Amino acid sequence: MASNEEILAGLAEIVNSETGLDEADVQLDKSFTEDLDIDSISMMTIVVEAEEKFDVKIPDEEVKNLKTVGDAVNFIAGAQA
Amino acid sequence: MRIGRYVKPAPLNFLIKFLNRTVESLMMARKVVITGLGATTPIGGDVPTLWENALKGVSGAATLEDSWVEEFDLPVTFAARATVQPTEVLTRPETKRMDPSTQFAVVASREAWADSGLSKDDIDQNKLAVAFATGIGGVWTLLNAWDTLREKGPRRVLPMTVPMLMPNGPAAAVSLDLGAAAGAHTPVSACASGTEAMHVGLELIRSGKADVVMVGGAEAAIHPMPMAAFSSMHALSRRNDDPAKASRPYDIDRDGFVMGEGAGALVLEAEEHALARGARIYAELAGSSVTSDAHHITAPDPDGMGATRALKAAMFDGRIQPEDVVHVNAHATSTPVGDAPEYTALKNALGDHLDNVWVSATKSQMGHLLGASGAVESVLCALAVYHRTTPVTINLDNQDPAIPLKVVTGKPEALPAEGNIVALNNSFGFGGHNAVVAIRSV
Repeated sequence: MASNEEILAGLAEIVNSETGLDEADVQLDKSFTEDLDIDSISMMTIVVEAEEKFDVKIPDEEVKNLKTVGDAVNFIAGAQA
Repeated sequence: MRIGRYVKPAPLNFLIKFLNRTVESLMMARKVVITGLGATTPIGGDVPTLWENALKGVSGAATLEDSWVEEFDLPVTFAARATVQPTEVLTRPETKRMDPSTQFAVVASREAWADSGLSKDDIDQNKLAVAFATGIGGVWTLLNAWDTLREKGPRRVLPMTVPMLMPNGPAAAVSLDLGAAAGAHTPVSACASGTEAMHVGLELIRSGKADVVMVGGAEAAIHPMPMAAFSSMHALSRRNDDPAKASRPYDIDRDGFVMGEGAGALVLEAEEHALARGARIYAELAGSSVTSDAHHITAPDPDGMGATRALKAAMFDGRIQPEDVVHVNAHATSTPVGDAPEYTALKNALGDHLDNVWVSATKSQMGHLLGASGAVESVLCALAVYHRTTPVTINLDNQDPAIPLKVVTGKPEALPAEGNIVALNNSFGFGGHNAVVAIRSV
């Protein structure tokens, strides 16, 4: 099971490969849409890749609640438990 | 041409004046010139390298190193890969969101745009269009997604799959990249697609719908499925032991084409637009034509009638006499059945003057780039009339006596140093598609 730090690092890697954003800019308090300027198709790509990477399920109805990177880290950590 | 010269009833005067103006404006078509070139091919990742090698005579074909060749025990084990892969020049997010065919298109069109000297500030984006062709489209994306679906289920099929696999992907990506808002067209006519894109671009400028059009073609189909499918129809050369000698148009031992990949791109511009900004003009795109054989889904009309009509119509369109033509970049894929009807068509269109015309079969060097081939070969034609010299044909050891063309072999041939000269580029595709463009020196 991955620690929160490892989940953040893994998400940062996925976001970087999808958008080209610097991994260091992917921080817990950053909003996916407002701070990182991620559109809905990129967001779904990130969700699908995160599911594969962390072996979790992120239901579609949950995705709209993942407003910040921290929300996603917490959800993935919870889903792993 | 005047309408109603003899009978002019008063109520028809306005209509007649209107018709005459329309006829006159159609006959005074805008001249279209080529001001930028781009290419990424099996014999060079940019235009200077492509041109240097095209004059030298090199082969881009080699044995494929991919594991899938052995995995599927493919009957053909070689192809002509682009010398510079897009992953080497594009960013990771770009390559992740674009099929390889679109990646090639973006690389070539960026080179052509930079070469033209145009900046986004000196063009109205509503007068900037795109006509970017492909023969097959996003086959890598389509089949990778199918594998993912079967192995991992629907949830793992990425959301970008559809925009990546659609055949208009290259045109759409190029229009986004340039901010081209006057339409992004995707001519799809198999191996005639790239040349048909030139035809579409010419029409867009002549009609006034655009002042500048980025035209081109892109293909990335060196994938085991198309390789297997083209092998099944015996279209590919099986010279596995000597890939560099496999593409040999007009040679009696030709046994099929060599699969290539890459893209070509050209900036077409209304002449007055190019002159106003002092652009470097390579050549005029003087005429074009598209016809269809209506004969057979894959075999060319053995009498070359569809190709003949395309050649004659492109020459008529450009007000070109047979004597003006000095060079042909032939379609010449190196298949046993394909190469001969093109000779018949050229003979029909150019008559005895054909004996004076230098013909280059550049697929001997770079293989067959399918929907990109017409665009790359148009780049070579523009350079041929600009530099007044021809690319060479390799591997022509024993010319087929049924095809007595004057083929450029060994070294480039000088084209007439004075006067306007014309090069023709032929492209033909499965489905009976024939596309011809005529490129004239300025």
